[in-house]
Amino acid sequence: MNTMNPNIVNETATTETRAVSAADTDISHADNGYGETVGKPFTDNPKFALRDVEVYYGDTQAIKGISLDIRKNQVISFIGPSGCGKSTFLRCLNRMNDSIDSCRVKGRLELDGQDIYDRKRDVVELRARVGMVFQKPNPFPKSIYDNVAYGPRIHGLANRKSELDDIVENSLKKAGLWAEVKDRLDSPGTGLSGGQQQRLCIARAIAVSPEVVLMDEPCSALDPIATARIEELISELSESYTIIIVTHSMQQAARVSHRTAYFHLGHLIEVNETNKVFTSPQHELTESYITGRFG
Amino acid sequence: MQPANLFPLIVVLVAIAFALGYARSRALAMPLGGIRNLKSLPFYYAARAAMWCGLPALLILACWLGFEAKVIQTLIVGSLPAELRPDTAGQASLVLSQISNVASGALSGDFAPEGIAAAAERLEALRAQSTFMMTALVLSIAVLGGFIAWLRIAPHINAREKVESTLRKIFFLCAALAILTTVGIIFSVIFETIRFFGKVSFIEFFFGTSWSPQTAIRADQVGADGAFGMIPLFVGTLLISSIAMLVAVPVGLMSAIYLSEYASKPVRAIFKPALEMLAGVPTVVYGFFAALTVAPFISDIAEAIGLSASSQSALAAGLVMGIMIIPFVSSLSDDVINAVPQTMRDGSLALGATQSETMKKVIFPAALPGIMGGVLLAVSRAIGETMIVVMAAGLAANMTANPLEAVTTVTVQIVTLLVGDQEFDSAKTLAAFALGMMLFIVTLLLNIVALHVVRKYREQYD
Amino acid sequence: MTDQLSQAELVRQSLKRRYRKEWRFRTYGILAIGVAILALVILFTDIISKGYTGFLKTTVTLEVPLDPELMYLDDPTDPEQIRMADFVAPLQQALLNELPTAEKGDRRELGRLMNSYAANQLRDQLQANPDWLGTTRTMTFLANTDVEVYVKHKDDEAYSIKLSDQQQRWVDELVDRGVVESSFNDVFFSSGDSRDPSNAGIAGAIVGSLLTMLVTLCLSFPIGVAAAIYLEEFAPQNRWTDFIEVNINNLAAVPSIIFGLLGLAVFINLFGMPRSVPMVGGLVLTLMTLPTIIISSRASIKSVPPSIREAAEGIGASKMQVVLHHVLPLALPGMLTGSIIGMAQALGETAPLLLIGMVAFIVDVPGGFFESATVMPVQIFLWAGSPELAFIERASAAIMVLLAFLISMNALAIWLRKRLERRW
Repeated sequence: MNTMNPNIVNETATTETRAVSAADTDISHADNGYGETVGKPFTDNPKFALRDVEVYYGDTQAIKGISLDIRKNQVISFIGPSGCGKSTFLRCLNRMNDSIDSCRVKGRLELDGQDIYDRKRDVVELRARVGMVFQKPNPFPKSIYDNVAYGPRIHGLANRKSELDDIVENSLKKAGLWAEVKDRLDSPGTGLSGGQQQRLCIARAIAVSPEVVLMDEPCSALDPIATARIEELISELSESYTIIIVTHSMQQAARVSHRTAYFHLGHLIEVNETNKVFTSPQHELTESYITGRFG
Repeated sequence: MQPANLFPLIVVLVAIAFALGYARSRALAMPLGGIRNLKSLPFYYAARAAMWCGLPALLILACWLGFEAKVIQTLIVGSLPAELRPDTAGQASLVLSQISNVASGALSGDFAPEGIAAAAERLEALRAQSTFMMTALVLSIAVLGGFIAWLRIAPHINAREKVESTLRKIFFLCAALAILTTVGIIFSVIFETIRFFGKVSFIEFFFGTSWSPQTAIRADQVGADGAFGMIPLFVGTLLISSIAMLVAVPVGLMSAIYLSEYASKPVRAIFKPALEMLAGVPTVVYGFFAALTVAPFISDIAEAIGLSASSQSALAAGLVMGIMIIPFVSSLSDDVINAVPQTMRDGSLALGATQSETMKKVIFPAALPGIMGGVLLAVSRAIGETMIVVMAAGLAANMTANPLEAVTTVTVQIVTLLVGDQEFDSAKTLAAFALGMMLFIVTLLLNIVALHVVRKYREQYD
Repeated sequence: MTDQLSQAELVRQSLKRRYRKEWRFRTYGILAIGVAILALVILFTDIISKGYTGFLKTTVTLEVPLDPELMYLDDPTDPEQIRMADFVAPLQQALLNELPTAEKGDRRELGRLMNSYAANQLRDQLQANPDWLGTTRTMTFLANTDVEVYVKHKDDEAYSIKLSDQQQRWVDELVDRGVVESSFNDVFFSSGDSRDPSNAGIAGAIVGSLLTMLVTLCLSFPIGVAAAIYLEEFAPQNRWTDFIEVNINNLAAVPSIIFGLLGLAVFINLFGMPRSVPMVGGLVLTLMTLPTIIISSRASIKSVPPSIREAAEGIGASKMQVVLHHVLPLALPGMLTGSIIGMAQALGETAPLLLIGMVAFIVDVPGGFFESATVMPVQIFLWAGSPELAFIERASAAIMVLLAFLISMNALAIWLRKRLERRW
């Protein structure tokens, strides 16, 4: 297990470009680093139970043995410097990495006690339960209505047009976009502003009624006002959905999440209640990061 | 001297001019304290001398070669005795070919009229004279040009700038050749087309339903004028192109989708080049395949199930043309599909869509304009394809939608009318140019629209 | 909560149907590729099965009695006597000697087994070696086409055997005695076209193609590269440049036969250049391939990173120096690749050459750019139109040779690209 057998990696190198090898152990200044994850990674009755997860791109190991529980109807933030593997880890949770040929995932990843990477596991069904919102807004080149209705249509969630209308309306309302677009549902989704596009993508994701929504830096392409709107939305959504959000902004993590996980070069360093991570970090790497010494 | 030998000689002269120019510029630089005090490097002085030596000489050589034959012909015709002098362009070409045959010895002078034999001798003499004059002129221009440029080498001249601006002009001319080609195409068809419409009415050509351009040998023969209604050709072209597109579009599109979305790397590495191989097969080979394998096969099958099929059928030509166009459609679709951003795919897959749902409902609609552009280009290709139809479609101008019958196309008719002995000014020969004009206009419009659509589509995702 | 569960249930229910569709879609894809590959395989096997026998010739090796009385000839150096002499009789006699079953009255029938050019071959040899007269020489001749067809294809129903039963028996006997043999068809590669399939070869067409391609290459590569450099590096951004660009893209998609019309109207009718010659063919193909070469050259100039240009400009190089010293050498491999592919296209092109008269029946191997010639694809076209299956066999063999050229050109292009192209 890599968590038991610390590998020391030069801090300036990103994991994507470096293979872990015996030579790496020569660099010693972070020797105290990557042992067991500190804080409280495990909870009772988790939505996701992840154990010893390792991800490889070809020969390069991007995730080096992470164990973590994710609680139901909570928001958890993944933070960490660029290239620490947080997005890669996030994409494992609904198997979006499947489409990358060279990517391999090891370890045990369970959703409600069932293995995600089980051979018999249906990836379509999994993704219907675990939705995702991406870094850059990516509405389909279709009308606003068709964007939201896409998921329910392919999954056959509505029997009648009126049911579909209801789903679209509710999703747009939940995403806080209804008031702005209700008069122009037929206009193309690509014509909206960046923030509106991202909310449209969130509406599209929740239209399928997923149990979990993964968000990969959902605000990184948005201006501050649009960001504030999305953050508000995340807090509202957390009542009915489990939300996992990758973010570069520590303030955002502090504002929206119940728990925060700090990643460093493919290792999970510390997980705890958000206020604890930000007020009294237990690991010195976490502390360096949140006090802005690197990142 | 033959032009084939003249050309290497000019090259040698250019090399000498370069070497002398180089030497002179160095010699001039010496007393000034080295080449640093020249305005340009010796190389540029030398290059300038070489250009002055080569360019005018080559230009004159090209012009001479271009107009020599025409001038000599005019001279010969002008000097013919009155009774041999031709009245029409058709006769003129006949007489001229007779003279040149006698001159080259292919036809014995003994059997030709006296005037012809004399003209043949004059032709030989004129040719020799012309070659001599050309050689002398070109070589003296080359030497003179090189010498003047060599004399004018001076330290204060910025030779680099002059060489570069000449080069830039040459580059520009090369690029402008594209326009010249288009203009050349338009002019080469337009005059003959106008003359054609002087003989055959507009309405007959565009709306006539019968095509039989065989002009009569005797003036009093029945159907002496032939019939020039292009509707049957148009129908035939359309029929064969539709069959081709019915084969090429689904197969090309689906194989592009499979290779770009489903196939693993090794599978792609094998099948993509295999598809491209189809594109590299010359059309004459497809024509051979269509005429000698597919057409007999189809007529056998049709007869076996009780249908009558002619030995040359639209179906055979269309099927094989479709096979030829598959790689064209597939590589264009492949480009277009790959231009749709990955985020679009991720967005759909993350909602739990299957790959085919993503393809059909997100990627395909997004790529549709680009794919349409590609299909239009493929249509233009099918319409302009010649060899397959020449070999496999037949000559009978049938107006039919039955793919088992023989039909003829615009390109087949162009080839048939222009291959072999031509009579100038006959409606038959001119008709080929009129058809060529139609073909050019139609494919040009298709291409402009298609290229515009594809370009707009690319810009959208760039 | 219950709502969510029922949603999940709905999704699960839809799965079976959706996976069926997925499977169907994927199957369509595999089928499409299957169809394309099948077409390729059928095409190649068809041509190979039709044509591989074209690489075999059938010869007759005879002890020819060069008897002066038989030939009515006693002085081979006298042209008049040579003209009147009978060179068929010694061949008939030689066959008669080989076939104990044949009788003197069969001479005529026997003579039909020999190639139509055999007598000429005998005459030429005797003229070259006058002292052979009166001796008996072992000589090898091509067999008659009918004999060749019989020897190669007697079991193939597609071919009709034109020999009489008696002649068939003779040929069988000659084959048994080793007089009639099949061997590698060197005639096919060393001679020009002929009315007689067994004497027909592709040497003339190959040389014609080479000459035509030489003209095309020498013109289209420099002009194409120059045009690409102008458009990519020097052209101002204005309507004029846009117009040139649209023009080039359109020309690349204009049907090739239109270029034939251009060649006919401009080069032949306007400039009075001769028909059927490699020079005109090369000019037409140059105009046809130029757009392809320009487009691919531009693409490879574009792929040279701007940093290299900036670096050179930073040292004070002129724009032309930047282009000629830095951009061009880096872009050259890509340009070469594009040009080879363009040349391969031109090599396989037929239609425009038909219009400028390269379809004439030409026996001699062309010796220059202004001599009548034909090219490989046109030769294939001519043979393919012949009713004689022996010509079809030659056409298939010629296709194999042409495809071998094309495949090696494309392979060379791919190899060059792999070998020389830099990744930035």
